Amino acid sequence: MKVPLSWLKEYVAIPPKITPEQIAQAFVRVGFEVESIDYQGKDLKGPLLVGKVVSIEELSGHKKPIRYVGLDLNTGNTRFVICGARNFKVNDLVVVALPGAVLPGNFSISARETYGKISDGMICSAKELGISDEHAGIVVLPEGKVGSDAVKLLEIEDEIFDVAINPDRGYAMSVRGLGRELAASLKCRFIDPAKQVKVSKLKASSPAKAVAVKIEDKNGADQIFVRTLDKVNTKLPTPTWMQRRIEKCGMRSISLAVDITNYVMLELGQPLHAFDANEISGGLRVVSANRFTKLVTLDKVERKLAADNLLICDANSALALAGTMGGLASEVTSRTNKIALEAAHFDPIRIAKNSRHHKLSSEASRRIERNTDPALAEIASARAAQLLIELAGAKYLGTSSAGGTIKSRKVSITVKELCELIGTTYTLKQVRDSLNLIGCKTSGGPTRINIQVPTWRPDLVGVADFAEEVARLVGYDQIPLKLPIGRAGAKLSSMQSRKRQIAISLASQGFSEVINYPFVNQKMVETLGFTGDRAKSFRIANPMSDDFPLLRTHLIPGLLTTLSRNLSRGAKDLALFEIGTVFRNTSTLGEISLPSTQRRPQQKVIEAIYASVPKQMLFVAGVVCGEKTLTSWHGKGRIYDWNDAVNQASEIISSTRNQFEIISSDLAPWHPGRCAEFKVSGRAVAHAGELHPRVIAELSLPERTCAFAVILSELPEVRTIIAPSIATMPAAVQDVALVVSKDVSAAQVERSLRMGAGKLLESINLFDRYEQVGEGKVSLAFTLAFRAADRTLTAEEVSGYRDQALRQANKDCGAVLRS
Amino acid sequence: MALDKAQIEQELQQALSQISAAVNLESLKQVKIEYVGDKSPLAKANQLLASLEPAQRAEFGKLIGGARATVNEAFEAKSNELSLQRDLIALQEEKVDVTLPARTALKGGLHPLTSLINEISDLFIGIGYNIAEGPELESEWLNFDALNIPADHPARSMQDTFFVEPLEAKLVLRTHTSPVQIRTMLNQKPPIYVICPGKTYRADELDATHTPVFHQVEGLVIDTNITMADLNGTLDYFAKSIFGDDVKTRLRPSFFPFTEPSAEVDIFFNGRWIEWGGCGMVNQKVLIACGVDIEKYSGFAFGMGLERTLMVKYGITDMHDIVEGDVRFTQRFGLGIK
Repeated sequence: MKVPLSWLKEYVAIPPKITPEQIAQAFVRVGFEVESIDYQGKDLKGPLLVGKVVSIEELSGHKKPIRYVGLDLNTGNTRFVICGARNFKVNDLVVVALPGAVLPGNFSISARETYGKISDGMICSAKELGISDEHAGIVVLPEGKVGSDAVKLLEIEDEIFDVAINPDRGYAMSVRGLGRELAASLKCRFIDPAKQVKVSKLKASSPAKAVAVKIEDKNGADQIFVRTLDKVNTKLPTPTWMQRRIEKCGMRSISLAVDITNYVMLELGQPLHAFDANEISGGLRVVSANRFTKLVTLDKVERKLAADNLLICDANSALALAGTMGGLASEVTSRTNKIALEAAHFDPIRIAKNSRHHKLSSEASRRIERNTDPALAEIASARAAQLLIELAGAKYLGTSSAGGTIKSRKVSITVKELCELIGTTYTLKQVRDSLNLIGCKTSGGPTRINIQVPTWRPDLVGVADFAEEVARLVGYDQIPLKLPIGRAGAKLSSMQSRKRQIAISLASQGFSEVINYPFVNQKMVETLGFTGDRAKSFRIANPMSDDFPLLRTHLIPGLLTTLSRNLSRGAKDLALFEIGTVFRNTSTLGEISLPSTQRRPQQKVIEAIYASVPKQMLFVAGVVCGEKTLTSWHGKGRIYDWNDAVNQASEIISSTRNQFEIISSDLAPWHPGRCAEFKVSGRAVAHAGELHPRVIAELSLPERTCAFAVILSELPEVRTIIAPSIATMPAAVQDVALVVSKDVSAAQVERSLRMGAGKLLESINLFDRYEQVGEGKVSLAFTLAFRAADRTLTAEEVSGYRDQALRQANKDCGAVLRS
Repeated sequence: MALDKAQIEQELQQALSQISAAVNLESLKQVKIEYVGDKSPLAKANQLLASLEPAQRAEFGKLIGGARATVNEAFEAKSNELSLQRDLIALQEEKVDVTLPARTALKGGLHPLTSLINEISDLFIGIGYNIAEGPELESEWLNFDALNIPADHPARSMQDTFFVEPLEAKLVLRTHTSPVQIRTMLNQKPPIYVICPGKTYRADELDATHTPVFHQVEGLVIDTNITMADLNGTLDYFAKSIFGDDVKTRLRPSFFPFTEPSAEVDIFFNGRWIEWGGCGMVNQKVLIACGVDIEKYSGFAFGMGLERTLMVKYGITDMHDIVEGDVRFTQRFGLGIK
């Protein structure tokens, strides 16, 4: 809310030496963030005078119509100026900047020749004066002494604070509320404007003619006042002081009657609505929309009503969207002479729903949503009625009201429990003083104090609520610092440590980590050829963009998108990885009803909530393209290939000490002949290899782009490591070259050799491979190293093991020794 | 040939001058044959000693022996000098341009958010906190209801929260990591000391300071006698660990449904106050919903945006750099090694 210092000063005895910056700090200290201070009139220099238009000469023959205006400034002679605006007539009062004046934006006014005339000054618009964004025409003053200082009249010199109000402090959306907070923060005297309103001074002249009121929907409001006034002169202008205050608070002056309701709302915090009483038949009622289906609001929009919308209606039709916006049919216009002023304490949730349902956030709804002071309906409506009498010559007929009496709440707390929550010691005086500052009435002590809670603070219920008030008013900066130490043995979980180490390992091998948005679309799912569980995406009901309405089932889509982004920015050689969650819509999602939070739900209810959340797997995946070792003065670089991707997956699984098996796979989006599937205990946990050429083409990726993906959450934790005993006897090495059919994998041959070679085989290494083109055969050459722990192996013994290995490979794979 | 002292002296001088004149090991080798070896004049003179009378033999023996020793010594010295010289030349010839770039593999790096999460996790593990995690697609009850955010609360509107179909399954992309706090309170008995880092979602358009997918770290402590002073001290420790010992912190009154009293925590960094996160004493309504005994326990909670923390810490001015995955950004942060 915007609030001018001049208005605050009316209720707060601010010491004279305090600067606007100190006032802003005082607000911040008690929890009101000041977003900006507008120093109005700071860069404005007079003379600016009130002038009366005495003559208007229309100058034609220019690009736009121009006026040569004669002005009376009470100097005895007429001053002439050129003016482009047309919203004024002879005898109007205007603001005139004389030569020598400087307007905001360092705009110096001087006498100059223009349009063939001497312009001896300027008639100003509100924008030129820096007091509003209004620049449709020049300022026409409703009143003012000719030749007097316009800066003073318009109260231009002022500081306006833009204060952010937290949602639990609805009362502070008023000069009254902010004044109270400022006074409490500065520890100076506060004059409550609500207490200045003398409700009893309003004397009903003919109560029978007053518009009646009824609350039919008891949940919608618990307090309503309707005051009826006759003989209202709605054509009169709003006095300058009121207009200026409304503008300084960020609203617009509209018409006298409407301005009065807005002014009182800004002053006290109570939204009011003025109905044209002649348009009401049979009294006002607070109702749920139900049978009413339509309402045209003041903004001329026809609103389709929901059954639970809260309305003000009369005997025949809906008249207003309660607490949100009035209806066009009962709008106060210049023809209105009888007004029904309504002020109510509405249920904040109902008004929030009204506002949200119609996407209509108004000054009124914003206040009511945050809760208004129920005691204000009576006071604010009286204040507005008095202003109508005073400023619009209205005659007060009478008042109708509905709702119960307002009871003040009493709470009792101990100083000890309050101090225990904050962790410091407050004296009884500090506690009581603080609570009194915010409007509580306190009694008792020294251990237990009784508090009467003010009507505008429904949020003050338990000790914590009062503790916050005391702590903030004494100052959060008075809270000591203490560092509690938690539990011994805190550490990363196995999965957390696994994630961290795999990330570091990939990054140190040249991979850059990325964190992608997990949003994809159906086209991507189809392009990648996902089927089965990987095609079962969750759909977001309200996506950021209709282009990405689905949650990812895999990390590859995001990685490829980021790969493309890097390529488009000129990168050629890339290795990216991501560790992240994927979402697969594979369980049946039923309807679930959520339990109350009044107590801990039963364990089976908690289990049902847990079970309602789909399982989400953790993946690590990477994509690579271009060179792994870069081309340099050393020579050509080494291109990333399918084998690098397979190796990466294999290293990740090995690093968790899980045993795995690799088989050839044709899973999309990989190349059907260049994809390895990794199985741990028979379950597929990873895939790696080159991407399918079709995918590469459709996504315009570099040829032979490769990828790997490992399901980290599917890799069991292998806790034990059995330390090897290191044999120191010499090793004996044997090379074998085998020929097998091309469809036999190297892994199969290796497995057979290993099995046949026996226990003393220490290592096996494929050191050569070539395809015998045209014969469908491949030659594989292995080095077998044998070692015994207790002796040096003889050549005969080792040859025997080698022959066993060859027989096994021949039996399993049809391998024959290369001749 | 008769032995002559002058002659011997001359041979000695001749040998020494030849040794001295050798320019490399090859020419020294030739000198050796001529002046040091068995065929050298001094060696030959030595052979003649046998033919001398004993008195002369002793005199000449001493003379020739001394001359030969002098020559051998000079030869050894020269030989060493020339070997050293040869080696020096050889090393000189093998000299390379050490500034030539190495055979390079791609340079990788951790995303700075990951390094930041690691750093924060370590510093809290150091004061006895565990790291709690939970699902990103989460039940509305855990994300909202249990946190005193009732069904009508504006935060639960579609403008702020991503809902997943079907709506009756009541699943949202978590808007904070607070549901992890709730799960922790439901699953464990106090004392509880945890931080919850993780990915969170809110329906904000990506711009220089907002992103719909972001990261938070939240902290939760539930124990006996926990006060706002404990919260204040913990946040000050946290801020100093991340931003350096010179950083100052302050609490400012604020409002959150799940804490009471509530505060914003600001840090004074690089000459100005910056809003860093929200915090407060856990609202008793939240403790009750989780079955925590409020007669015995109290607690505090705090939460910070990690993108924001990163931006402040490293002077990053555009959120796009953090979310777009440009390798030039990530590589600058490397492995996050200190």
